Amino acid sequence: MAFLKIRNLSKHFIQQDKKELEVLKDINLEINNKEFVTLIGPSGCGKSTLLNILAGLITPDTGKVLLNNRIIPGPGKDRVMVFQEAALFPWLTVIENVMFGLKINNIDKNTAYEKALKQLKAVHLANFKDSLPHQLSGGMKQRVAIARALVMDPDILLMDEPFGALDEQTRLILQKELIDIWLDTQKTIIFVTHNIREAVKLSDRIVVLGTNPGYIIDEIKIDLPHPRERENPYLVKLENRILKLLQNQMNTVGVYDEAVYA
Amino acid sequence: MMKQFMLRVAFILFIIVVWQILFILNIWPEFLFPSPLMVANTLSDGFKDGTFIQAIGASFRRLLLGYLISIIFGTLLGILIASNKIIEEMIGPFILALQSIPSIVWLPLALLWFSLGETAIISVVVLGGTWNMVINSSTGIKNVQPILIRAAQTMGINKIQLFWKVILPASIPHLITGMRLSWAFSWRALMAGELIGSGDGLGQILMWGRDMGNMSLVISVILLIGSIGYLTDNFIFKKFEDKVLNRWGLDVK
Repeated sequence: MAFLKIRNLSKHFIQQDKKELEVLKDINLEINNKEFVTLIGPSGCGKSTLLNILAGLITPDTGKVLLNNRIIPGPGKDRVMVFQEAALFPWLTVIENVMFGLKINNIDKNTAYEKALKQLKAVHLANFKDSLPHQLSGGMKQRVAIARALVMDPDILLMDEPFGALDEQTRLILQKELIDIWLDTQKTIIFVTHNIREAVKLSDRIVVLGTNPGYIIDEIKIDLPHPRERENPYLVKLENRILKLLQNQMNTVGVYDEAVYA
Repeated sequence: MMKQFMLRVAFILFIIVVWQILFILNIWPEFLFPSPLMVANTLSDGFKDGTFIQAIGASFRRLLLGYLISIIFGTLLGILIASNKIIEEMIGPFILALQSIPSIVWLPLALLWFSLGETAIISVVVLGGTWNMVINSSTGIKNVQPILIRAAQTMGINKIQLFWKVILPASIPHLITGMRLSWAFSWRALMAGELIGSGDGLGQILMWGRDMGNMSLVISVILLIGSIGYLTDNFIFKKFEDKVLNRWGLDVK
């Protein structure tokens, strides 16, 4: 049975020139427990908006999101989000950042510290627990952000292009670490990217979104064990298939304003 | 560091030498243009007999009180402006206008309302420091990165925690800068107030020097006012600000 249900979701924004911009139109999607689902699409397909709606940070115009058959009531610690920028609190040390979510939820300091340390070990950053965020590299910051989300033990981990700002080597390392964590913790992960190779490498299922307004073009299931070889002919074929879908999109839609919404 | 220090010492020596030469040339009468040695003597006498210490003490008492009020009031008003769009649109421009008024302009008003006493001077100090603090604290709060707020929200933070644990700490660099600038504004306002007000602060000694035609005293007090302003800014506020900016990972030269 589906764990997260998205029903008839639509969203529009008002642009600066007062024009209405339809971002998502009638999205229906079901996501299973422990599933790794990737939303992929060109800029402007509303994939990040959809993720923000799931997080409860944006309210949809119509439609609803049900988690375990209950409508989500705004942001909550059962759906923690990791952003493209690590968004660490610069005045807190690494471990204090990881403890932050626990402490605001009234978990006592010692327990929070133990949990945070364990989580930092899982992302190989225990040695940096007393460093400040600005002393870390981009990849390390993103690891802290992942630890900060995981320590909350959320039902769903929402990831908005978390590796988008990293260099290629770091990105590959973090992809592998994320898969290890996912296999280990059995979390449901909803991952947004515009990198097709990343999507086929990580996901159980890829939801391909079209643009203007955002809608679901196709859903692709991938039944391959991890770790997945990048040269695997099946994956290469999938990559090409998704690329074609997205290219058709670009051709039908033509030029669109990439900077309208994130 | 050492080279910088030597350069500055050399510059001071140069000024003293030029000063002494001008004095020896005897262009102006002695009572209008004392020698460096005369000023040094006045300074050392003033410290020995306790006049300056007492004056600095009196000035600092007013300064600290006025400054404290302006920081607290300014920060609260800044928070109010930053958190309410209507209030911001209503009073925002007036705060900027108030900030542009030199604090000495308030003095006639303060003297009429509170007469020639402590209250008049302190209220001028408060008016000197407050508006800058309002501007800096509201800017700080408005410039908190939205992504930090969203990150905290997805971890299930409530409104009150959001303010105390995210918005306020995130705006501390702006608050510190505001406190530093307000200190400088309050200090200027205090001196303006003391020149005309009563009591025994540095400003009054300065005026007293003028009344007595004691140029040596006037120059001594000006040197004191400049040094105290510089030292507090450089060795207390600047150090503190650098430390905070460093911790927050903001660029420090």
